[in-house]
Amino acid sequence: MSRRPSRFLLGGRRYSPAASLLLAAPFLLLVAVIFILPLATLLHESLFVPAPTTAHYARAFAEPVYLRVMLRTLRIAALVTALALLLAWPVAWAMSRSRGLGLALLGAAVLLPLWTSVLVRTYAWMVLLQRNGVVNQLLLQAGLADAPVRLLYTEGAVVLAMAHVLLPFMVLPIYSALKGIPEEYSRAARMLGASAWSTFREVTWPLALPGVTSGCLMVFLLALGFFVTPALIGGPQQMMIATLVSQQVREMLDWPFAGALVGILLVFVLAVTIAFKRAVRLDRFVGSA
Amino acid sequence: MALNAAAYAVTVFLLLPTLIIAPMSVGPERLLSFPPKGFSLRWYAAYFEDRDWLRATLFSAEAGLISAVCATVIGTMLALALVRGRLPGKGLIELLVIGPVIVPHIALAVAMFLVFEQLRLTGTLLGFAMAHTVLALPFVVFTLLAALYRFDVELERAALSCGAGPLRAFRHVTLPLIAPGLVSAALFAFIISFDEAVVSFFISDLDRKTLPRKMFEDIDFNISPTLAAVATMLTALTILALLLGFGLKRGLERRARAAGTAAEAGP
Repeated sequence: MSRRPSRFLLGGRRYSPAASLLLAAPFLLLVAVIFILPLATLLHESLFVPAPTTAHYARAFAEPVYLRVMLRTLRIAALVTALALLLAWPVAWAMSRSRGLGLALLGAAVLLPLWTSVLVRTYAWMVLLQRNGVVNQLLLQAGLADAPVRLLYTEGAVVLAMAHVLLPFMVLPIYSALKGIPEEYSRAARMLGASAWSTFREVTWPLALPGVTSGCLMVFLLALGFFVTPALIGGPQQMMIATLVSQQVREMLDWPFAGALVGILLVFVLAVTIAFKRAVRLDRFVGSA
Repeated sequence: MALNAAAYAVTVFLLLPTLIIAPMSVGPERLLSFPPKGFSLRWYAAYFEDRDWLRATLFSAEAGLISAVCATVIGTMLALALVRGRLPGKGLIELLVIGPVIVPHIALAVAMFLVFEQLRLTGTLLGFAMAHTVLALPFVVFTLLAALYRFDVELERAALSCGAGPLRAFRHVTLPLIAPGLVSAALFAFIISFDEAVVSFFISDLDRKTLPRKMFEDIDFNISPTLAAVATMLTALTILALLLGFGLKRGLERRARAAGTAAEAGP
């Protein structure tokens, strides 16, 4: 980050290491107490309570109930990522090819949900999908159903609502990748005789890939640990790992096991992050929002 | 063409669920319907008459303001150290900055719950302020890093060579130029705190809870129409905040540009 040494000066000099540390001190102190200490305490519970053991971790993999929750979490996260990618691509593409008012409208449509409370959006989905909700009323009126269909507490509802909530995180990085591709590239490919499909496959897609990877990674990671939407829309029937952790803490008061579940989640998240280290680009969101 | 049509269809999908709540919230009946069967503000009145809702809103606003100020100050100091200083262990610190984004909020929430119980911080403003500051810091730091990298140091040096002291140069040249970044960062931090649901879910207690926690309880136990009114007001507030933030940022950018031109025109 500091390849341009003497440009960033105050009073003509770079800050000394001591002064720099002093500036960073409040951050380090806060993160130590509110981030590192809690996580370390929780993981300590999972490994050393009541005595040094890996039994809590083994239990998560040994009991079918818990294994099923973990597999469901992976499956839902993957489905959410795929659906979000499918929905995000046209929006990102249209944004990258619009100017002025069109871009402003599309941008607003993406940013407004990003900044609207997750609870508001989850609540909206519950109102739409409940037994006598809007969707069921429409289905009945259109004659597509004879009786209200059960929509809430199904895996489909969880995937749909989560994809909706996480969509901006997919659109923004893809948009920023597509924006960087000059329009001449695809025009040139078309003039050279490439079909629309091969232009997409040979030109646009490879150039957009960094954005696509970044978006997929972000959505997948967020989906893995998502709590609010699956807890409310999925209910106990569609329990994901975050809901399981919450249940262990609040109802079973089983801190060591909750700690083990968190440990498994963390190992998985960190492994994926490290594997795709270069795709984790927070600045993409900050820059465009 | 087909892709454009798809884009607008997805846009409708993005906006519709949130926006459809607004007309439903003015329906008079307990069972929300679309289109509403009449017009009534009784669910809005229900919100303003309920002390629990009002207390939760106020508590969230307090936590949001304190976190926004703390995160902006602490984050700016760190960004300055990262950009302009010689920081030992810089790589590790950068890792700590993105930590709260990579680590799932459920993990952090449960971990904080465990420690906050022992420190008697659950349900306290201090606890919420610290937790939300940590969650907002990554966004603040990244916003300010961008602002500081864009900043032309020659301007500050010019002020120095004209006889301004380092602090004066910072206050009159640097600060106005990074002001748009500071405003974005503070707004980010406030919204992150105000909307934060997962950590709040765990570190609230019966007495002191944030608005998202109160909403969570209400959704979980009974989907009352009051929620529709609250959701509508929150969406309106978000639109307002976005417009305000956008306008403020544009204004500050214009001023920053003017200041930059003035400084360049100087000797």
